[in-house]
Amino acid sequence: MKGLRKAISLIVTAGLLSSTAQAAISDDEIRIGYLADMSGTYRDLSGPGGLEALKMAVEDFGGQVNGKKIVLFNADDLNKPDVGANTVRQWIDEKNVDVITGLVATSVVMAVNKIVEQENKLALISGSASSALTNEFCSPNHIHWVYDTYALSNGTAHAVLQEGGKDWFILAADYAFGHALEADLSRVIEAEGGKVVGKVRHPFPSTDFSSYILQAQGSGAEVVALANAGADMVNALQTASQFGLTQSGQKLAGMVVFLNDVHSMGLDVTQGLMLTTGWYWDMNDETRAWAQRYYERVGRMPGMAQAGVYSSTLHYLNAVKETGSDETQVVRTQMMGTPINDMFAKNGTLREDGRMVHDMYLAQVKTPAESKSEWDLYKILRTIPGDQAYRPLADSQCKLINN
Amino acid sequence: MMILFGVPLSVLLGQLLLGLINGAFYALLSLGLAIIFGLLRIINFAHGALYMLGAFVTVLSLQYLGINYWFALFLAPLTVGLIGMAIEKGLLRRIVGEDHLYGLLLTFGLALIIEGLFVKLFGVSGSSYPMPDALKGGFNLGFMFLPKYRAWVIVAALVVCFVTWYMIERTRLGSYLRAGTENPKLMQAFGINVPLLITLTYGYGAALAAFAGVLAAPIYPVSPGMGANLLIVVFAVVVIGGMGSIMGAIITGLLMGLIEGLTKVFYPEAANTVVFLVMVLVLLVRPAGLFGKET
Amino acid sequence: MSEAIKTQVQQQRIRVERERRIAASRRNKIFFAVFIAIALVAPFGIYPVFLMKLLCFALFACAFNLLLGYAGLLSFGHAAFLATGGYITGFVLTEYSGLSTEVGILAGTAASAVLGLGFGLLAIRRQGIYFAMITLALAQLVFFMYMQSSFTGGENGLQGVPRGHLFGFIDLQDNLNMYYFVLAVFLFGFLLIQRTIHSPYGQVLKAIRENEPRAISLGYNVDAHKLLAFVLSAALTGLAGSTKTVVYQLASLTDAHWHMSGEVILMTLLGGVGTVLGPFVGASIVVTLQTYLSSGPLGAWVHVILGVIFVLCVLMFRAGIVGWTTKLVQKNFK
Repeated sequence: MKGLRKAISLIVTAGLLSSTAQAAISDDEIRIGYLADMSGTYRDLSGPGGLEALKMAVEDFGGQVNGKKIVLFNADDLNKPDVGANTVRQWIDEKNVDVITGLVATSVVMAVNKIVEQENKLALISGSASSALTNEFCSPNHIHWVYDTYALSNGTAHAVLQEGGKDWFILAADYAFGHALEADLSRVIEAEGGKVVGKVRHPFPSTDFSSYILQAQGSGAEVVALANAGADMVNALQTASQFGLTQSGQKLAGMVVFLNDVHSMGLDVTQGLMLTTGWYWDMNDETRAWAQRYYERVGRMPGMAQAGVYSSTLHYLNAVKETGSDETQVVRTQMMGTPINDMFAKNGTLREDGRMVHDMYLAQVKTPAESKSEWDLYKILRTIPGDQAYRPLADSQCKLINN
Repeated sequence: MMILFGVPLSVLLGQLLLGLINGAFYALLSLGLAIIFGLLRIINFAHGALYMLGAFVTVLSLQYLGINYWFALFLAPLTVGLIGMAIEKGLLRRIVGEDHLYGLLLTFGLALIIEGLFVKLFGVSGSSYPMPDALKGGFNLGFMFLPKYRAWVIVAALVVCFVTWYMIERTRLGSYLRAGTENPKLMQAFGINVPLLITLTYGYGAALAAFAGVLAAPIYPVSPGMGANLLIVVFAVVVIGGMGSIMGAIITGLLMGLIEGLTKVFYPEAANTVVFLVMVLVLLVRPAGLFGKET
Repeated sequence: MSEAIKTQVQQQRIRVERERRIAASRRNKIFFAVFIAIALVAPFGIYPVFLMKLLCFALFACAFNLLLGYAGLLSFGHAAFLATGGYITGFVLTEYSGLSTEVGILAGTAASAVLGLGFGLLAIRRQGIYFAMITLALAQLVFFMYMQSSFTGGENGLQGVPRGHLFGFIDLQDNLNMYYFVLAVFLFGFLLIQRTIHSPYGQVLKAIRENEPRAISLGYNVDAHKLLAFVLSAALTGLAGSTKTVVYQLASLTDAHWHMSGEVILMTLLGGVGTVLGPFVGASIVVTLQTYLSSGPLGAWVHVILGVIFVLCVLMFRAGIVGWTTKLVQKNFK
């Protein structure tokens, strides 16, 4: 295993070095590019950990497919669409990269998707949230693997509504992702007889949430939903805690909450928080075993995005092996025809619109008393079957679906 | 419940109070900038980085030395003040008398270095700092729940602002400083060590920024970029107030906090931008700012 | 000293000055020729998209240098013009897909010029730091406007801008074609700036920069001269933004953010304010550092390195790299 890891590091280095020389580009290689936020607010969502997960997948697969070497590239997109798009453009132009994975900030993903569609390459999206990626922005060149805003809203909002939270206040980030989440959420609330009694859109990003929390408190809503992510969500939650929001009886619902967010905020602030996740490390023996291997390499437990990178890469490599080709549409068709059965998902299916449909899980953050170790943070309340979690094809605006 | 502009009065009062608290924060930061510009004629683009240093000293001193918040209130400004003095003596001194542009560019470069170093050392994400126990919880004011810490922020900031203003405008030391920057040669002839005074002044401005950083640590995420985003807003406040005016900076800071607070109620998406709109409008009508004097 | 000898010395001095100027001009012509030669073959060895980025930013820096180095005005809001060029061109080319590319670029440039006029009218009367701050504030308002507009795509940016066909028939999707077009645009902008500096208008601008009260007393309409420089600078910046958007087929908020305004100041200062080659050199260094450092192990040090260079430039190489090398050359190769 160690020798293999060394070999892969050498290949990666060779790949990076050869970028400066204008050598002839051979196609006897599978080239995978990993693009994510490696140093900014979304760093722990996928970031360097996701790169490790990618390497693990390549190693577990044997480092080569039918004799062709697997070569990895990686770059930091700084959460900027121009940086991400330019990197991918250069990878495709200069190095003929076959597939892009990672992919976190929605703005970056959308720019990358345009290029990947133009050049007929493939993008495997594990980090980004927007459900629009398989709706009005779908394409035959990208696949959305782990979760989306529709599934998250469906899961969390539905559960909270069941518990009796009828009046909602939505605090949303003022950009496309926040708007999409706000829309998906409102739809679910109203469909189940609830009501959105107030909402506010805060500039993205913001540091001071006191004013918005005050508005939420003054609205009289039973539930305050945070339709934002990353640093904004953490900030809002901490401010809510300072202003005693939950003490006065209101409930907090975080729409996009990752394991690393809960870990960094601590259980004191987050206990009792309801959330929906696509995967959790402590669900069964398989997940625990993989998570342990990841932990030994990275020093942190994996979240759903990193697990998704591992799973999507393996599925891709298997499809390349079966078809003997790295031509995008051939591989994609093979991927769609094969169910996903690994530590990430059981009986997952890839739909025509690029959505990987698998079970989602409703979870609640444990209290400090319930938690037995540093990363023992969630209890899984129940499973949401894949066919109920995601947007049904009948409602889809995707151009690939004949609606 | 009385409704004003479609918003219940109690909500409006709460937002105004929050705005005032943010305003006190702006006042504190603008004060440091105004002192450095008004007295030293240096456009200190490193002010945001100094603020960030203050917050980081607070976090790190707790993490590695176990120094609690109350000591950090003195330790951080002292440390950063010394750093500021070193900056003035070592770097800014070399461009004395040159175009203002160079001071601006030098401090801008300095900010890049300091923030870049901290990103390298600590990453871009924020660290959190625990709320000091004595300031946990809050007061129920009827129209809102006010956390004790926020009440402390406004009190501490205003006290420091007032003490600083008094020192500069009403004491002999302050008069030496004001005279020394207007006519250094004459003051030197009287035996006042003007270069030392200048170094101390920059150090004090830096200490003010760091003090704001300590106040910020328990409620805002402490990240290397925390100063950069705040800096242009604070500059706008200083310009609106009038670049040389000490009182102008304090009053405008409070005013802008209130205006921003109201914007968050009626048009929250514009909350980060409203200060610039105000700046353009004010400068059209009063070219030297609200309290400034034309130079 | 006798009168005859004094006149002789004076004439000698004038002769030496003239020779120096002729030598400098000859030197510049040689540099220019070498530059064109290299530029024509460069895309066959270096990734063309990178070269195009370099040229666009060099044009941006040249336009900024016109305002700072020759008119003596420091603007903190030039990102607004870069973004306006980019967004308007992107919008026009996306909405009217049959349109020839250069029409889209012209639209973006014109929009930037108009915005420049607006900014200029509001800001020109102020001096020094107040001028800089007004331009910053106006640019922030523009940023906000672009962030909130739907046509810009907000955080996602304006994506999928077609490269289209130049003059209706040259396919710009081909990177090589696109490169030569960008090179032509850069040369156009650069030569326009040179002609402006060496024209009578340019001389008046220089006089204003060196001694404004005297220029006023001589009867020159100082505000009008400054305004024209501002509009020209804004228009050429818009041209750079428009071209960049066509190259990358994307216009994003990064172009409108105040960091971008700071970057162009860095490039200009680094290269040498008020020099001919300075902006190009400065832009090349910054763009290269950012592109190649970010992907290597030194990635996290980019900002620190840039900051150190900045500080060194202010403290020591006040005339920038070009200014410094010129002095070096003059000292050693008289």
